Amino acid sequence: MPMTITEKILAAHSGRESVRPGEIVNARLDLVICHEVTTPPAVEMLRKLGITKVWDPTKILVTPDHFVPNKDIKSAELTKALRQWREEQGIERYYEIGNHGICHALAPEQGHVHPGMTIICGDSHTTTMGALGTFASGVGSTDLAAGLATGELWFRVPESILFNLEGAPQRGVFSKDIILEIIRRIGVDGARYMAMEYRGSALPHLSMEARFTITNMAIEAGGKSGIFPVDAITEAYLAERTPEKGTRFESDEDATYAQTHTLRVDELEPMVALPGLPSNGTPISQTKAVKMDQVYIGSCTNGRIEDLRIAASVFKGQKVAAGTRAIVVPATTTVWKQAMKEGLMDIFAEAGCVISTATCGACLGGHMGVLGADETCLSTTNRNFTGRMGHPTSKVYLASPATAAATAITGALADPRDFLPKPVAEEQQMWGV
Amino acid sequence: MSLPTVLQGRAHVYARAHINTDEIIPARYLNVHEEAELAKHAMEDIDVDFVKKVQPGDFIVGGEDFGCGSSREHAIWALRGAGVKAVIASSYARIFFRNAVNNGFLVLECPEAVAAVQDGQTLQLDLEAGVLHIHETGATFTFVPLSDFAKAFLAEGGLLPYLVARMKGGAA
Repeated sequence: MPMTITEKILAAHSGRESVRPGEIVNARLDLVICHEVTTPPAVEMLRKLGITKVWDPTKILVTPDHFVPNKDIKSAELTKALRQWREEQGIERYYEIGNHGICHALAPEQGHVHPGMTIICGDSHTTTMGALGTFASGVGSTDLAAGLATGELWFRVPESILFNLEGAPQRGVFSKDIILEIIRRIGVDGARYMAMEYRGSALPHLSMEARFTITNMAIEAGGKSGIFPVDAITEAYLAERTPEKGTRFESDEDATYAQTHTLRVDELEPMVALPGLPSNGTPISQTKAVKMDQVYIGSCTNGRIEDLRIAASVFKGQKVAAGTRAIVVPATTTVWKQAMKEGLMDIFAEAGCVISTATCGACLGGHMGVLGADETCLSTTNRNFTGRMGHPTSKVYLASPATAAATAITGALADPRDFLPKPVAEEQQMWGV
Repeated sequence: MSLPTVLQGRAHVYARAHINTDEIIPARYLNVHEEAELAKHAMEDIDVDFVKKVQPGDFIVGGEDFGCGSSREHAIWALRGAGVKAVIASSYARIFFRNAVNNGFLVLECPEAVAAVQDGQTLQLDLEAGVLHIHETGATFTFVPLSDFAKAFLAEGGLLPYLVARMKGGAA
């Protein structure tokens, strides 16, 4: 029976020849990722039931990320509980402050995510890791507890939506613009319960980092997971990080999709999601130059090294506008160190940005840049819901790191194409001009 | 534990689509997970007066895609802690729905009822028959009755207690 990549992964993990959308399967888990907000409740549930050992400590990864470094006493208690639990369980894949990172960026970066895996985490942006050809889905604390105790979890096999991404993005257009356009088209529940699968001639133009941004926001369309096929770009990314190759699954040509969409990536312009919902995407040319009190560059969506390089290329030699605050938050410690090494930190600091350690921070209104009443923020994060980054009357706009940096420089919503370095024409290159 | 088959309570209507878990329990309160603490801030970013109005046994009536966004199970705990007995919505976001079932928290899908119920009306839910009755108007609506599986979860208080009860041979 023809199957999609998602169906093949779920079949292989539930001892089945084949599965169909709508079926319930009990799937074996390859990786369970734990952070300090949703794991301690799961641990308490297990303790109450007298379950004292996780199923396999070698298949669990732990990092505090949401409110780190501890933002207050209660958060300190959460990270303390997480730390004690991982010690008592003997979980070795633990990333303490100083090596830590936002879990969805950290786990792939450190080589723990391999094609064909099934992955859960008590966090909705777990979908990020599908960019490496995995089935990765966010769950609540009860499911997390069940997964930690048994190494298995039930899933309804999702229908898949196929997105054909065609053409090469123009200068100033990034994967964030692609996913904002997709969510604008299908809505914040357009992929509810479904897997979002990507193919097309644009894929060779999308780095692994760019792909993570797209799968990260599957949940913002209601998706259960997002997935890219494994190709040369995936393999090169893995080769730098792990000897593991994983298992490469491919969708059959005659696999069944609930919907198929084609997106001309080469026709896109930079997108901005206006406050309220991630589906409020608007081409930058149709937006007004709204004044921004703050610009936030970071998160599991857009806090990787490529994102910081893009932002730095815009900030280079420029200053953050008076009346605007800019905050840069590398997604992991490794990204932070790399940005330091490449001189990106100097560019940000000279421009007048605040640079933070890796944290989910203000993306979810935690700390490191929470908004006050009626304040506006252009953010490279994933949600612009009411109150998401602070006061319920604050307003969040979502865009790419390039658009964010351009906006920080002008102090109002700006087109990054006016600031990005111009590509050097071939003739000029030849003459060394 | 036995499950009452008829529930009665007052409706708090928030019929807008896409009420998300950041609104149900803002992330600024996620540094705790005790129900009583979370309950103080239930629905705070959509209605700051909700916790003053809600009585034990009340219902929330919501629109499409209720509970979208963050996977925080804290949203269920906040509502349950505040005394909410069930949510009746046009449809649900996936993770919220799964979390509700796993907690033995009642979530019903009934778009027709959502369109008809007014804030403050008294609703009766017959879980066996799958019927929602609006006391003030006499109108009735049908919803898909709970599966035996969901009923067992509700009776035991969620997935984990259900599994433990089953291991001990206590539940079918």
